[in-house]
Amino acid sequence: MTHLNWWRAAAAACALATASGAGIAQEKELVFGLQCDRTGATQTVGIFLCPGYHDYISLLNSKGGVEGYKIRVMEIDHEYKVPPAMEAHERFKKEGAVLHSLYGTPQTAALTKKLEEDKMLGTSPGFGTAAAADGKRFPYLFPLAASYWSQAAAAIDFAKKQLGGSLKDKKIAYLYFDNPAGKEPLEVLADLSKLEGFEMRTFAVPSPGVEMGAQVIDITGRFKPDFVVTHLFGRSPSVSIKELKGKGYPLSKVVSLVWGASEADIKAAGGFAAAEGYHTLQFAGVGTDFQVIKDINAMYKAQGKEPPSQQETSVFYNRGVMIAALHAEATRNAIKAKGGARPNTVDVKNGMEAIKGFTLGGMVPPMEVTPQDHEGGGWVQVWSVKDGKLVKTTDWFQAYRNVISKHLAAVN
Amino acid sequence: MFHRESGVYKTTYAADMALYPLPVARWTVAAVILLFAVVLPLSLHDYYLSIINLSLIAIVGALGLNILVGYTGQISVGHAAFMSVGAYTAANLAVKLGLPFWVTLPAGGLMAALVGAIVGIPSLRIKGLYLAIATLAGQLIIEWIINHTPAISGGAQASIQVPRPELWGYQLRTQGQLYFFLLFFAALAILATLNLVRSRIGRAFVAIRDQDIAAEIIGINIYRYKLLAFAISSFYAGVCGVLYTYYFGIANYEAFQIGVSIDYLAMIIIGGLGSVLGSILGAVFVTMLPIVLRLSMEPLAGLFFSAGEMSSVIASTRLVLFGALIILFLVVEPEGLNRLWRNIRNYFRVWPFSY
Repeated sequence: MTHLNWWRAAAAACALATASGAGIAQEKELVFGLQCDRTGATQTVGIFLCPGYHDYISLLNSKGGVEGYKIRVMEIDHEYKVPPAMEAHERFKKEGAVLHSLYGTPQTAALTKKLEEDKMLGTSPGFGTAAAADGKRFPYLFPLAASYWSQAAAAIDFAKKQLGGSLKDKKIAYLYFDNPAGKEPLEVLADLSKLEGFEMRTFAVPSPGVEMGAQVIDITGRFKPDFVVTHLFGRSPSVSIKELKGKGYPLSKVVSLVWGASEADIKAAGGFAAAEGYHTLQFAGVGTDFQVIKDINAMYKAQGKEPPSQQETSVFYNRGVMIAALHAEATRNAIKAKGGARPNTVDVKNGMEAIKGFTLGGMVPPMEVTPQDHEGGGWVQVWSVKDGKLVKTTDWFQAYRNVISKHLAAVN
Repeated sequence: MFHRESGVYKTTYAADMALYPLPVARWTVAAVILLFAVVLPLSLHDYYLSIINLSLIAIVGALGLNILVGYTGQISVGHAAFMSVGAYTAANLAVKLGLPFWVTLPAGGLMAALVGAIVGIPSLRIKGLYLAIATLAGQLIIEWIINHTPAISGGAQASIQVPRPELWGYQLRTQGQLYFFLLFFAALAILATLNLVRSRIGRAFVAIRDQDIAAEIIGINIYRYKLLAFAISSFYAGVCGVLYTYYFGIANYEAFQIGVSIDYLAMIIIGGLGSVLGSILGAVFVTMLPIVLRLSMEPLAGLFFSAGEMSSVIASTRLVLFGALIILFLVVEPEGLNRLWRNIRNYFRVWPFSY
């Protein structure tokens, strides 16, 4: 055990001793609240995403923190259950957190009201409700990444380009997990089908989504679509890859929304060789070829450790890095706006709404968060399986923004 | 409670049937009420109140399930679905008609009772594991209906935001304010259950549990009482769902999925089947133990791991410890925490003698 660890242990003991009091935050320390699920239904995401978050914050701290403030990440694992999310929020408040990194759609729903009452921002990248992009209606909820509406629109746009620039009289199948998240894009897809003149049919997969033989036979045998958009969670994306391939459907005509898009899904479906051609939407850069990942690995090396194994599932790991980076950037904006003074939760919220042109070497899309648009523009990239790895097929793009904004306006 | 009962003689049936047969018990209860109504809310930080709040909601649900499973002997794994019925009923009434909580709360309970009685119909013909499967079907059917009926669920997201409960023009929104709101209903539920189980209805439930044919022979209408057990149990579940809805400010069926039903079954099995105190202890145990385990590990884990690794270690270790402790408690006393408590109490009652 190193000297540093003993020192840290002593600090932790002191922290415990004074934990009952309110003011344990140090002079130059800010707390980020991080919800995670490492042991519940969505642990397949959490065990990669949350280490990415921690590693980025450690990297920042090793370089002196954000504008001189060290960041302490307070993580609470809620096992994807809803009641512990409220406990986590109160804990973050007690620790003096300046922001709250949400995890999971039901948890986001359960905390929406509380976050607004407590004036603490919560981020829900890639989950929560698409309506949260409207900053006027949900002032303290920040999706930050493309919502399911934006993702569905981007998937249709991608299909259009793949099919030669027109979707007129084409057929597109939408294979989705039968829960609110899976159903959310339906209205946008129906709109786009009218707009572009393609025939759309939807195929619901009931929870837990590991049995979809009937739906896939329906797709490949009866409907025979020109393109398939899948929106599945957990173990089901890998099942969909296997089933579609098994029925002879070309995976190069399949595009998955962001939660069926990781290396782990592809490996579970039989490996990269078996999934050749499969397209995935991403809201953060993929792979380890980024300066920030190299910096994290250098930090580990300086401590005499190997780079974290979670980087093998770079899709989720990088999302964790991206979320942490955006949180840090919002905090940086807040501190700058206050001239170096300690920011409070509202300052950080305003800082989040000032994020612009922050790309982290290409890992983060060129998003622009404004008080009106908390989604930042709904940018995605398509990465496809090619020669044993995920390769970038398109650069950052957004699609059908007018349709999305029409739907956002209709929510109110 | 902590008292001895020597020297107390009862001369009337009324005295014997009283909820608190001893004067000292009344004082203990008064002290407990003082503790929960005054001391705790004034002395505890909002964070700890939020944990108590979650326990209070769980207590209402666990009491309801214990009436059905513990007292009547009818197993149900659809408890969470009845909660969602209550939650959506209340949310729709509160949002579409603008009704206050003292209307929506009983309405949610009654709707859940109605649905519960319907789901309970198979109990008239089947029992045990077969009934478990029938109620499981009920859980899945209710989930599906809510998910696919926008009129109930309020749209694709299946979540309805509800306003905070209002009392005399004041909104209850902080943990401290919601604490009193929840405490009131949890206390009411405890009191109602204590009275229910010693009434004719409660004794009929117990008779059905112990031997349904014998119960029928002594004149208990089994059909009526089985359905009544489902209805009452679901009423509690519905109220529990409404409390969740007001506590979180949103009705969302994803918070009431099959796993939640299993959690509540775990609560009453750990706490003790067929006992009010057991429901309370079980609900508190299952809600608080993971939190207590995490709080107690947080400072220790810093000794060996970095902050990032520590989160992973805590999450996994907590799960292992949680499982191990449940097994330990059930091995030490299969009849649950309630029995454990009674054993301890009986030991000290005659202490220092052995009997």
